[in-house]
Amino acid sequence: MPTAIAEAPTPEAIQSFNVTLIIRRFDPEVDAEPRWQDFDVEMYATDRVLDALHKIKWDQDGSLTFRRSCAHGICGSDAMRINGRNRLACKTLIKDLDISKPIYVEAIKGLPLEKDLIVDMEPFFDSLKDVQPFLIANSKVEKGKERTQSVAERARFDDTTKCILCAACTSSCPVFWTDGQYFGPAAIVNAHRFIFDSRDEGSEVRLDILNDKEGVWRCRTTFNCSEACPRGIQVTTAIKEVKQAIMRGKP
Amino acid sequence: MPDKSAEALAETQPVGKSPRNKLKAPAGTLYRGREGMWSWVLHRITGVAIFFFLLVHILDTSLLRLSPEAYNAVIGAYKTPIMGIGELGLVAAIGYHALNGVRVILVDFWSVGTKHQKLMFWLVIILWFVLLLGFAPRHLMNVFGG
Ligand code: SF4
Ligand code: FES
Repeated sequence: MPTAIAEAPTPEAIQSFNVTLIIRRFDPEVDAEPRWQDFDVEMYATDRVLDALHKIKWDQDGSLTFRRSCAHGICGSDAMRINGRNRLACKTLIKDLDISKPIYVEAIKGLPLEKDLIVDMEPFFDSLKDVQPFLIANSKVEKGKERTQSVAERARFDDTTKCILCAACTSSCPVFWTDGQYFGPAAIVNAHRFIFDSRDEGSEVRLDILNDKEGVWRCRTTFNCSEACPRGIQVTTAIKEVKQAIMRGKP
Repeated sequence: MPDKSAEALAETQPVGKSPRNKLKAPAGTLYRGREGMWSWVLHRITGVAIFFFLLVHILDTSLLRLSPEAYNAVIGAYKTPIMGIGELGLVAAIGYHALNGVRVILVDFWSVGTKHQKLMFWLVIILWFVLLLGFAPRHLMNVFGG
């Protein structure tokens, strides 16, 4: 009996699908322009786009270049444009895509393309550094005591603590595509996380930085960032809260 | 980083060995944004259109200071069916820009504005159509009916 149970979910019983991926490739040493290339892979409904990329790299074309690390939606390495929308390859299930048509995969937009699905993230991290994304607290606490915070105070910035810096939001923003100087949603999200933290004392500096012409006022509320965020962060709402804090002059 | 091994692999394996290379365009796909993005695209287009109208409008109105005859001649030249259609387009552009402008203000200033942005977008579209349904027939009657 136990053997019968163990045998039940044999691999044959699970239906697999033939999926076509069309990937935008670019090798700076060979190509003058990016080009589209298609691959056929055998996939299960529960596989993810990242698994398809692995199958291609391991079995078909080892030159396919992409970034990934955790493969579980926490390191933020594999944001890419899947069927025209920014997604994490490791969080996009095959069953959630229409596989009767090919799946288009390309690098995120607005950052310099380096190779295949890899872009230069430096400009992205530069704007992050500019907003000083760390706790600024110079006042002394009573010896042996901690900086306490109420549940309500913590809740104010809870949403923006979840960011994994994948750049899906920033590279989905039409303003950022045309104006690379714009801080971009991700930097504002990470500024929000400290601006609204009751223990932090650097809000004034950050609000001042984001009051720049390339700061929050560049936001045109297209909501692409909120749609793209794999962590479900209400990015546009966070930007709006920072806008209002700037107008109030305090968080 | 283009490392050595990847390079070597690319050389030994014919790149693009799959024959079906229908897609030649090197450009990326169009970003598939949703209501928010399209509302912004329309806002931009109508905004730029209104800007050019205002530019021409200020120029022709300033003719009045030069000579009323010249002004009358220019304004008279506007009374053609093509300009009539253009006027309909102008009302459509201003209508959308105004309605969506209110939506953008609400998104930024109403506490739950960001939550209801999609609903507000469709409301804008409905109100816009109602506006045009009221305006277009009457206006076109004036233009073509004489
Ligand atoms: S806010 Fe969301 S989309 Fe943007 S970088 Fe953070 S996790 Fe990625
Ligand atoms: S590989 Fe880490 S987030 Fe996808």
